[in-house]
Amino acid sequence: MNPAPAPSVPLPAPVAAEPPSSLWRDAWHRLRQNRLAVAGGAVLAVLGLLCVFGPFFLSYSYQEQNLDLGATPPSAAHWLGTDTLGRDLLVRLLYGGRISLGVGLCATIVALTIGVVYGAIAGYVGGKTDAVMMRIVDIMYALPFTIFVILLMVFLGRNIVLLFVAIGAVEWLTMARIVRGQIMTLKKMEFIEAARSLGLGNRRIIFRHLLPNALGPIIVYTTLTIPAVMLLEAFLSFLGLGVQPPMSSWGTLIKDGAEKMEEFPWLLQFPGVVFSLTLFSLNFLGDGLRDALDVRASKD
Amino acid sequence: MLRFIARRLLQVIPVLFVIITATFFMVRFVPGGPFTAEKAVPPEILRNLEAHYGLDQPLWRQYLNYLGRVVRGDLGPSFKYSNRSVNEIIADKLPVSLELGATALAVALVLGLGLGVLAAVRRNRWPDYLASSVGMLGICVPTFVMGPLLVLFFAIRLGWLNASGWYTLPDRILPALTLGFVYAAYIMRLTRGGMLEVLNQDYIRTARAKGASEVRIVLRHALRGGLLPVVAFLGPGIAGILTGSFVIETIFQIPGLGREFVNSAFNRDYTLVLGTVILYAGLIIGLNLVVDVVQVWLNPKLKFE
Amino acid sequence: MRHLVLTLASLALLASGCTKQDPAAGAASSAASAPKVLRLGNGTEPQELDPQTVAGVPEHRIISALLEGLVMEDPRDLHPIPGQAERWEISPDGLTYTFHLRPNLQWSDGEPLTADDFVQSYRRMLTPSLGSEYSYLLWFVKGAEEYNQGKLTDFRQVGFKAPDARTLVVELKSPTPFLLQIIASHYAWTPVPVKVIARHGPVDQRRNPWTRPGNNVGNGPFRLKEWTPNQKIVVERNPHYWDAAAVKLDRIEFLAIDDIAAEERMFRTGQIHKTNELPLAKIDTYRREHPEVLRIEPYLGVSYYYFNVQRPPFTDKRVRRALALAIDRESLVKNVLRGGQQPAYAVTYPGIAGYQARARLEGGVEEARRLLAEAGYPGGRGFPEVELLYNSSDNVRILAEAMQQMWRTHLGIEIRLVNQEWKVYRDSLRTHNFTLGRAGWIADYVDPHVFLEIWVTNNGNNDGQFSHPEYDRLFQQALVARTTEERYEIYQQMDAILVEECPLVPIYYYTRVYALSPKVLGWHPTLLDNHPYKFLDLAE
Repeated sequence: MNPAPAPSVPLPAPVAAEPPSSLWRDAWHRLRQNRLAVAGGAVLAVLGLLCVFGPFFLSYSYQEQNLDLGATPPSAAHWLGTDTLGRDLLVRLLYGGRISLGVGLCATIVALTIGVVYGAIAGYVGGKTDAVMMRIVDIMYALPFTIFVILLMVFLGRNIVLLFVAIGAVEWLTMARIVRGQIMTLKKMEFIEAARSLGLGNRRIIFRHLLPNALGPIIVYTTLTIPAVMLLEAFLSFLGLGVQPPMSSWGTLIKDGAEKMEEFPWLLQFPGVVFSLTLFSLNFLGDGLRDALDVRASKD
Repeated sequence: MLRFIARRLLQVIPVLFVIITATFFMVRFVPGGPFTAEKAVPPEILRNLEAHYGLDQPLWRQYLNYLGRVVRGDLGPSFKYSNRSVNEIIADKLPVSLELGATALAVALVLGLGLGVLAAVRRNRWPDYLASSVGMLGICVPTFVMGPLLVLFFAIRLGWLNASGWYTLPDRILPALTLGFVYAAYIMRLTRGGMLEVLNQDYIRTARAKGASEVRIVLRHALRGGLLPVVAFLGPGIAGILTGSFVIETIFQIPGLGREFVNSAFNRDYTLVLGTVILYAGLIIGLNLVVDVVQVWLNPKLKFE
Repeated sequence: MRHLVLTLASLALLASGCTKQDPAAGAASSAASAPKVLRLGNGTEPQELDPQTVAGVPEHRIISALLEGLVMEDPRDLHPIPGQAERWEISPDGLTYTFHLRPNLQWSDGEPLTADDFVQSYRRMLTPSLGSEYSYLLWFVKGAEEYNQGKLTDFRQVGFKAPDARTLVVELKSPTPFLLQIIASHYAWTPVPVKVIARHGPVDQRRNPWTRPGNNVGNGPFRLKEWTPNQKIVVERNPHYWDAAAVKLDRIEFLAIDDIAAEERMFRTGQIHKTNELPLAKIDTYRREHPEVLRIEPYLGVSYYYFNVQRPPFTDKRVRRALALAIDRESLVKNVLRGGQQPAYAVTYPGIAGYQARARLEGGVEEARRLLAEAGYPGGRGFPEVELLYNSSDNVRILAEAMQQMWRTHLGIEIRLVNQEWKVYRDSLRTHNFTLGRAGWIADYVDPHVFLEIWVTNNGNNDGQFSHPEYDRLFQQALVARTTEERYEIYQQMDAILVEECPLVPIYYYTRVYALSPKVLGWHPTLLDNHPYKFLDLAE
């Protein structure tokens, strides 16, 4: 079992010296060069705009029913068809996008922030602090989620902020463990030792030198968190938290469509396609971001 | 290392204690109880029932009684399944979940690691796109869509397999695939991400410069660092996969433990909630310990702290 | 790719071949031709098979194969027919029932079954420490309630007597005209093998393993063979049953399937002969493509929304009536529910045991608008924000969405939908912590009494706190009525009060919608969805 060869190339000099503005400018430049990432970003932007402004241009509302019509396939009147209560699927999909994109982004940002900061501190400080922090993570993993959500609702009432809290509270744990693992490895590297010997503060070392080097897994796990969060929202709305009917979300639309996939396939297909499109775009954008922000690649 | 493990094992006791205590009181503060039913039970009968299960005693005494029993390894009677004990239910169902989970895990690891490494090494070329697409598919298609689709095709269209159930050996195929595929997608994405991170590291370039073969670089050097995120994910991931999945067990009607996690909460089966939580907690703690050991092994620069 | 995955998976599966196999339960093709095995989708896993400690429908279906009461149900209309008792007499004052047991009755272990076994069973049922949920169905008997509540400790003072091995005398505290219906339809009145139970643990405690296969003893047409939790319960014919020769099936397998979509797929692959339910979206497909297996049958229950009459704006009877009148039940049934349900314009199920309520919600949307305006909310203006509380379930949700829309368009009022997880929702209702709630009521036995008792002041199920002195008086009067006609005439007045006062919005009468293989013979639609198994057969 050979140990990995120690890096023989000396510490990249500009690590502390380079002004941050140029780092961001470089990154932005590289991101724009990445066609897939640009396409992903564009699709997301278009989807977001459609969800926010689209409903104003449509003549149906998300709750307007036509019981005699019932579920119909796409037609000139209803471009994406109607659901079993005769509601226009397109409008419901756009309204659902507001909820799902909102929840997906906000809850993920909550989870991301908590997870990254928590994991970074635990990994960097190490020792007893790390042990206590990680045991707290173990405890949080084990607590029964369903019970937690019901309690949250009973004692604090139902509102959208709670939704983020509930989702953020479960989704940050794995992120914290991943970041901690990365930081623990990175902090033994020469360039961090060097930064420390230069007398840089802990906060600066963590946020300027360690985290940028752990960006890859962070971004990848973030792009994995977003779909999980969007689908979790459907379960929460089942428990009574989250969106209430007749409002829809992508999660509830997909869940609803999945139950009727043989009879009314369009009820699954359209929400499924939009959901997938969003995830693919996020993924390309994420990959692009990772590359763009890669401190080492930039030195090539 | 042994000292490290021993110290960690000692920490299990306070951690479990906190989990049990928190869960015990959480389930009690949730509205509705084990005997809340569609039709009202007359108050006198409800009192009989509560007396039978000791629910008429002060909460702190019930808590102490419960702790006393847990220490002796007795998780108590189930409220819902009134002639079964929680120990018995777990003993019945855990093996099923383990069997399904282990199979799915094998699928996930083979598929996820293989595609992930392939994608990272052949980055931005067609093997990467292909592997990444498979990975994205696993993320975009939720299990509650994938499962029924597989059933419709293999069981109903082709008639090769049963639709649901856990009766014959072939009944294991579709659930294992469905469950394995989701985890494969996660592992694939994380492996690719982790590998890319490492392949850019200076020591890999050094190795390349020294003329080491690509295969050797990947297997010897890159995998070690590249697997870190995957390993961190696998701790809770394996605990989750082995204790069963609510969705998969519902779609395929598998008598595993996954449904009990959710249903026991819905049934307010206090003891069963606690029993499953204790089991899951034990697995999480144990697996996270294993993960920490593996992380040190993957990176010899780390020491056991 | 797929091929590779399959191969890998199969290999992995073979490697882990340490599992129980059950070839008999495989696909339909492997079903043996000789023994007649009926496979039924049976909903959730039963909590227990002890009739004295359970409260659910899946349990009921299995227990009715294992145990038989004094009287049993006719397979076509469920009226009481002789069961363990071959005949019975009712005293002229309606207070004393004398049952004469069949000769040579046996438990499934071959032990003789006597009248004292019935007495001991009821004694166990009423013992407070057992905590039996349905023991109140025995409270009609003299002293039973007091004994069950621990106020009476001498069981000899309770009205169950066994003067000899084949005679059981039951003394009631007041006439109970529907007692035989309860005994026929409800497992609360079946005997249990107390001597066997005593062998496995304390008789008056739960957690007694007497219901496990190997331990279990019964007196029904079938006996317990196998119980694999969350998979299936298998019963086989009981050679000691008094009418064993008439039993046609060799085995029944009750499969625990708690997901109706999975259940429907299992029906299509031939794994089961009957589903417990059918997903809403599938009903039209079956109607179109497989009408021969689709069963839509009246089910003795009513679905309704009810008001908390102590909370404004529903303290005002005009508002309640307005909401009740403003919904288009025909459209709901036809377009939303789709399962052949009957729109409900009164509370009591029409035609139940020969009773048909004359009262009926009359007046359309115009009348509803007028009432709402009269109550001070013309066109819905000024109507406070009201929440409709319902439980998380797709079919319940879709109905609530449609009703919300009808109230909005017809009355101009906005009702907010609030769903809660099932037990939270039940708890909110029980503690009167709601304004408008959704509920359903399924009868345990066939008598109008079941639908009317809820609305009596302080009834445990009267969550909306409706209270009407005249209604309460009529209810008591009905219990002591001399004849059925007299009693039904009183019920007519009670139904009229409910329609006038509107403590609830009746919406529709239930149906059972499920798929049944045409191979199953002797299956009749019944109001309680009970199908006495001894009369069933399976075509080759």
